[in-house]
Amino acid sequence: MGYIDKQARSLLLTEIVTGMATTFRYMFKTKATINYPYEKGPLSPRFRGEHVLRRYPNGEERCIACKLCEAACPALAITIEAEPRGDDGSRRTTRYDIDMTKCIYCGFCQEACPVDAIVQGPNFEFATETREELFYDKEKLLANGDRWEQEIAQNLVADAPYR
Amino acid sequence: MADFWDIYALPTIIIVGYILAIVLPLLVAVAYLTLYERKVMALMQLRKGPNVVGPFGLLQPLADGAKLFFKETVVPSGANKVLFLLAPMMTFILSLIAWAVIPFDDDMVLSNINVGALYLFAISSLGVYGIIVAGWASNSRYPFLGALRSAAQMVSYEVSIGFVIVTVLLCAGTLNLSGIVLSQKGDLGMFSWWFVPLFPMFIIFFISILAETNRHPFDLPEAEAELVAGYQTEYSSMAFALFFLGEYANMILMSAICTILFLGGWLPPADWAIFTWIPGVVWFGIKIAILLFVFIWVRATLPRYRYDQLMRLGWKVFLPFSLLWVVLTAGFLVYFDKIPA
Repeated sequence: MGYIDKQARSLLLTEIVTGMATTFRYMFKTKATINYPYEKGPLSPRFRGEHVLRRYPNGEERCIACKLCEAACPALAITIEAEPRGDDGSRRTTRYDIDMTKCIYCGFCQEACPVDAIVQGPNFEFATETREELFYDKEKLLANGDRWEQEIAQNLVADAPYR
Repeated sequence: MADFWDIYALPTIIIVGYILAIVLPLLVAVAYLTLYERKVMALMQLRKGPNVVGPFGLLQPLADGAKLFFKETVVPSGANKVLFLLAPMMTFILSLIAWAVIPFDDDMVLSNINVGALYLFAISSLGVYGIIVAGWASNSRYPFLGALRSAAQMVSYEVSIGFVIVTVLLCAGTLNLSGIVLSQKGDLGMFSWWFVPLFPMFIIFFISILAETNRHPFDLPEAEAELVAGYQTEYSSMAFALFFLGEYANMILMSAICTILFLGGWLPPADWAIFTWIPGVVWFGIKIAILLFVFIWVRATLPRYRYDQLMRLGWKVFLPFSLLWVVLTAGFLVYFDKIPA
């Protein structure tokens, strides 16, 4: 009996018909596609995107050249040189480079930073046409910081209870 | 001189005009079939499909065509150049010349020959040459394997297609394609078309034309997981485009044949006034579009057959089954004295 049942099922294409019915139903379901450049998916406040160097509200840069991020960086993407600043003698970086082609976006630099200076912002659309453009220097990072400060401040506040 | 004009030149021009009137819409249909396929597949996979180029992506096929047109034609150094370039042309031409006998409407056919069904069968069998020549001329492993599979597959399924056509011919009593369509005209509207009395044959025919056109789930000749792209692997640019056009034109052709044999060609589904107002060409097109939808639907649903399963299905299931059905149909027709005059 089992044999007849099996043969009859395969002869009547029952499984294929049910499968086809499933795909036909799926045709009318809501689509999962996001029209990417025009619509974007939600990002977590912890999202680790492009790096920025932040400033205090008075315009002073936060980074104190402690080099903890450089030490924490597993990809050796960060290079820092530092010396006391001329006018007030405070310790500042003279050079802060991140090689974005080496960076693995692990977020260790952000965690290592005692003053929340280096932060990974929500921006992930920073593709360039040449490799050289991805060797970020201090100016570029500070400019990024000025550009994304608002979003980053909000994200840090949103994520603070979990840290 | 007047004789030359009347007897040769003018008819030639008229025929060329007819041919263009068939081929140009066909090529447009092929282009939009690719979009149709991508859209339907996308919808079934919860995607949206091409929607950026033009409204609803309607210009996507043109963009694809332009892209292929401007690509470089690469001929592998080990290839047999003549055959390598001839193969896509063969596929393309063979997919076009079959349309000469397809009746689009009552009396709307380029050449209404009495052996139309045989002609179609012959042309569709020749189609395998384009593929096998491509596979051999590429002088490369994947195309060669793809071509071998394709040849074996098309030969296997042509046998059962042959028997299915025989059954229809027995019932219709003519090899003329217009005659086959007209033999389906009955009081029951769409229920007097051959797909009702010959339903199992209709299913076998449909599955066989899936195999014949190398479509899913029988797309072993170009199984991308195993054979890269099968016989098309070494092709680029317009040579590839010709294969592509030929393959999709073949899909439309096979749907047209299926429509003529089983779905009443240009006949409306019922003799109601609204339906009969719509011209036969439109009905023909609608039926083809429905069959093509099923082609795509099957592609979106079923996984690829294994090669031995494919051969088993062709030789050990379809062949005996269709042969049995030929005998049953013939016996029925003789016993009840229903052989068409």
